[in-house]
Amino acid sequence: MSLGTSVRLLDVKGLQKFFPIRKGFLKREAGQVRAVDDVSFHVDKGETLSLVGESGCGKTTTARCILRAITPTAGQILFRSEDGPVVDVASLPKSRLRPLRRQMQMIFQDPFSSLNPRRTLFDIVAEPLAANDVGTRQERVNRVAELLRLVGLRPEYMRRYPHAFSGGQRQRIGIARALALNPSLIVADEPVSALDVSVQAQILNLMLKLQAQLGLTYLLVAHDLSVVKHVSDRVAVMYVGKIVEMTDTQRLFTAPKHPYTEALLSAVPKPDPRLRAQRIVLEGEVADAANPPSGCYFHPRCRYAVDACRQETPRLEEVQPGHFVSCHRARELTLRGVGQ
Amino acid sequence: MAENQTPILSVRDLKTYFFPDEGTVKAVDGASFDLYPRKTLGIVGESGCGKSVTARSILRIVERPGRIVGGAILLRRDSGNGRGTEVDLTQFDPESREMRQIRGGDIGLIFQEPMTSFSPVHTIGNQIVETIRLHQDVSEQQGRRKAIEMLHLVGVPKPERRIDEYAFQLSGGLRQRAMIAMALACGPRILIADEPTTALDVTTQAQILDLLRHLQEREGMTIILITHNLGVVAEMCDQVVVMYLGRVVEQGPVDAIFHAPKHPYTQALLRSIPSIHATVRTELPTIAGSIPHPYNRPTGCPFHPRCPDFMPGTCDRSEPGLHPAGENQDVSCFLYHPA
Ligand SMILES: Nc1ncnc2c1ncn2[C@@H]1O[C@H](COP(=O)(O)OP(=O)(O)OP(=O)(O)O)[C@@H](O)[C@H]1O
Ligand SMILES: Nc1ncnc2c1ncn2[C@@H]1O[C@H](COP(=O)(O)OP(=O)(O)O)[C@@H](O)[C@H]1O
Ligand code: SF4
Ligand code: SF4
Ligand SMILES: [Mg+2]
Ligand SMILES: [Mg+2]
Repeated sequence: MSLGTSVRLLDVKGLQKFFPIRKGFLKREAGQVRAVDDVSFHVDKGETLSLVGESGCGKTTTARCILRAITPTAGQILFRSEDGPVVDVASLPKSRLRPLRRQMQMIFQDPFSSLNPRRTLFDIVAEPLAANDVGTRQERVNRVAELLRLVGLRPEYMRRYPHAFSGGQRQRIGIARALALNPSLIVADEPVSALDVSVQAQILNLMLKLQAQLGLTYLLVAHDLSVVKHVSDRVAVMYVGKIVEMTDTQRLFTAPKHPYTEALLSAVPKPDPRLRAQRIVLEGEVADAANPPSGCYFHPRCRYAVDACRQETPRLEEVQPGHFVSCHRARELTLRGVGQ
Repeated sequence: MAENQTPILSVRDLKTYFFPDEGTVKAVDGASFDLYPRKTLGIVGESGCGKSVTARSILRIVERPGRIVGGAILLRRDSGNGRGTEVDLTQFDPESREMRQIRGGDIGLIFQEPMTSFSPVHTIGNQIVETIRLHQDVSEQQGRRKAIEMLHLVGVPKPERRIDEYAFQLSGGLRQRAMIAMALACGPRILIADEPTTALDVTTQAQILDLLRHLQEREGMTIILITHNLGVVAEMCDQVVVMYLGRVVEQGPVDAIFHAPKHPYTQALLRSIPSIHATVRTELPTIAGSIPHPYNRPTGCPFHPRCPDFMPGTCDRSEPGLHPAGENQDVSCFLYHPA
């Protein structure tokens, strides 16, 4: 949990990323996908913030902007770098990104395609060290051994190739590589969604352990709310490029204030046949980010929608200390969360 | 209860092995279970435990170098006036006329990844019509009308337009609906759904599960639901089969499996799943070790190297069989049946 003396590691303000839609022979611009549209949040040092929401809502695009894998259309991404100064990752020229990249690393979803099959574990894990000219060969060997031990793999494995490893072990290799340069921020995009149930638990536990041990900060992208509950301090729910609700994990799950969050929570199948819920089945599909509905983007699927929702776009407001909601009716509705 | 009914499908000691050059993979190694009419049977287990191969064996679409090496798959058909006939699917040639009738006609199949089951060069409509005409003597026109009706039934909006689209033009949820429409086009009594919602968002998953439930009520279908998502099993199934390394280690009514699991593997699996009811930021109990490589099957009980209740000298010597333990529940473990 964020303490009184928390250090703000990342502060994202008004982030936007629009992609052009090109049509026809001349590839003329025919519109824009508003993939991320005015997103603001912060992440304190040592905490985990999760971004959740349906496919296409802009989670990965947000994460890729923060890593400057893509350049945002607008907004600020303020990152406190190791030596103190706060830099705006969004506007930094490419030449000055390199030292920052060491401090932010990514864990990928697919442990099968993200590791080069022709390179040994040593090559893979030491790759960031080599790319940044860190250490002698022997120092790298020692560092890789240490990293493998840290993620629960035997150092002897470093001469082997990734194909000999299971999905869970490959994800451990990916984590070891991400940790090689002692990053302060780890961005994990669906780190366990390609893994088997029993292996998911092992990787989530590893992430918790490493966070405690190394003081890591996580920005987690996930669509599985059960996974999110196990590792997050706070959660931001996204819908069509915008954050619609953001608060600490416990509150989001037990007392959601946005109808979309309520529907998401209710859709999660509960592993208990006695709880066969009267689920809220959200009809229809996610709105098109190139052509969103008027007013509140969620209104065509919202069971609480009133006339105002069709006309006025709600703003993200702090309805209780630390609880941000973007809904005209946030203060009057009593919504259903999940019990303990 | 299901017990006083006759199963519509019985799998008996099924063995399906693969024979690649490197050795033998016993993908399914003596699996037995019964499927009762109008019920949903869930098959669960970690990946590689043989769930999909079991499904493919029932439909006789196991690919080379795999084949059924033993056991029986008994399909019972109603021939009116309460009397039924029984056929053993393992006795047919996979390419025989009977098997082709059974695939799609008696038993429909939907997969995890609808993208791979639709051809990219034909419209979804053409493919559904083709399936219909494979089983029913109808004109192109009638087939098309039926296909539109099916797409409508599974909740594809504007089916008369969507029918001329290609799979890649549809969202994941619509694609999955189109595949269900194709699987149901010839009115199968049994639907096998292999990880039907694994690639989908929770909201789309809820829509598809709802759809399956409604179709079951309306059409009186029997469903085999294969998934590693225990939440989906808890919400959908009447009976549950738990598999480990090609064998059924436990089976029983859904409530017993979730509230009184007997096999150490079932217990461990249930403990290890991330739950939405969990306390925030807590470690999950995990299952020790990992699934053995298929070439290195442990001797004795296949779960013994990972089992917290392992009894040396017993569990590593002989293999437990599946026997009754409690009402309607079967378990394969020496804790319940002395060696
Ligand atoms: N390079 C691109 N060009 C055009 N549109 C894009 C591009 N990348 C993403 N988009 C669009 O931006 C929106 C957000 O996509 P994003 O990948 O961030 O979603 P997501 O929340 O990560 O979804 P998922 O859960 O499926 O991974 C989508 O409408 C997507 O189609
Ligand atoms: N075509 C194949 N060739 C060799 N082995 C296979 C083939 N298909 C499946 N197997 C093996 O059979 C076992 C069971 O696989 P499968 O039924 O797909 O598991 P799941 O329970 O995840 O559906 C696994 O060990 C798998 O590697
Ligand atoms: S603003 Fe209106 S439509 Fe949007 S979530 Fe709130 S109640 Fe529903
Ligand atoms: S037979 Fe022995 S090793 Fe196997 S599950 Fe039972 S107690 Fe565990
Ligand atoms: Mg994504
Ligand atoms: Mg499978």
